[in-house]
Amino acid sequence: MVYVALITGFVLILMGLYGALTNRNILRMTVSFTIASTGTNIVLVAVGFMPGRMAPILDHAIAATDAAARIIDPVPQALVLTAIVIGLGVTALMLTYAYKLYEEKRTLDISKYTDLKW
Amino acid sequence: MIKKFATLVLLVGLGAMFSSLLLGYVPDTELNFTARYYADNTVTDTGAANIVTAIIVTYRGLDTLGEVTVLFLTATIVSLILSQARRSDALPARKPLAAGELLETGSRLLIPLILLFGVYVFVGGHLTPGGGFQGGAIVASATLLMLLTNPLKRVSHRLISALESVSGLFYVVIGILGLVFAGGFLDNRILGLGTFGALFSAGAIPVIYTLIGLKVGAEFSSMMFNLSKSEDH
Repeated sequence: MVYVALITGFVLILMGLYGALTNRNILRMTVSFTIASTGTNIVLVAVGFMPGRMAPILDHAIAATDAAARIIDPVPQALVLTAIVIGLGVTALMLTYAYKLYEEKRTLDISKYTDLKW
Repeated sequence: MIKKFATLVLLVGLGAMFSSLLLGYVPDTELNFTARYYADNTVTDTGAANIVTAIIVTYRGLDTLGEVTVLFLTATIVSLILSQARRSDALPARKPLAAGELLETGSRLLIPLILLFGVYVFVGGHLTPGGGFQGGAIVASATLLMLLTNPLKRVSHRLISALESVSGLFYVVIGILGLVFAGGFLDNRILGLGTFGALFSAGAIPVIYTLIGLKVGAEFSSMMFNLSKSEDH
C-alpha cells in the first residue's frame, strides 16, 4: 500500500516537472507545478505511514497510554499541512503574475517574452 | 530539439534517483524519537486528541505563526499587484451572463451549510481531522460559490480586512499571554485543559484554531475577490 502511494507521488513529481519544462503557456506551467507539489506531498505523507497502525488521533479506540505503539508518525502530516498551505500561496502568486504578464504582453506564451533575450 | 533532450535527460536522472529511493525504502516499524515524544506526551502536555493539531498549534506554534504570515503576505501581494493592474484601464466591467436558476438556488441553499461546516471543521480541530487551515479553506469555498453565482458580488472590503487583522492580532496576543501565564510563547495552557475529548478542552488550541480559521478564510476570500475583479477587458 505504501509503495503504491510512493510510486504515485514520484510519478506525479516527474509528470509535473515534464509539464513545467515542456509547456510554453504560463497557465499550463502553473498547473504542472501544482501537480508536482501534490506529488511531493503524497511522498511525504507516505513516508510517515507504518503498516498496521492508525491515524494519530486519540479516542476510545486508541488510548493515550499505548499511543506510541499504535499510531503512525504525526510529524510528516504536520509538515505536509504546512506545505499545502504554502503551495496554495505560491499558486496564487503565480496566477497573479500570469495575469499581470498577460495584461502587459497580451500573451501567455513565454517564448514571446523577448525583453531579456539577446 | 536540444531542449527536449535536456528535459528528457533530467527527468530520466530524477526517475533513476527516485527509483533507487523507492527500492531502498523500508517502512519504519517503530516511531522515531521525536514522534514517540509527541505520542507519549501530547495528552498530558496539551490535552488535544489530534496529535497533528497539537504539533502545529502548540509544539511548533511559532512556525505556524510564520506560515500564517506567509499567507498574509501572499494575500497582500496579490491585492497590490492586481490593484496596480486595474488602475491602467478604467473601463466599466461588462455585465456577466446570468448564472441560471440551478446555480442561484443551489448556492442560496449551500452557502450557509458550507460556512457552518467550515466553522465545525476549525472549531473541532483538536478532536477531529480538521483545523484552522482546512476550515478556512472551506469557508473560502463558500465565497467561491458566491462569486461563481454572481461575479460582481462584493462583500465589504473593510469587513474582510478587519476580520483578518483582528484575528491575527488576537493570535499574537494569545501567544504573548502564553509567555506571561504559562510555559512559553503560544503555550495553550493559559486556559484549563478540560476533560480529554470534550469540545472545550485542550486549553487555547480551539481558540487559536478558530482565529487561524477566520484569518485564513478572510485571506483566501480577499484573494478570490481580487482575482475576480481582475476580469480582462
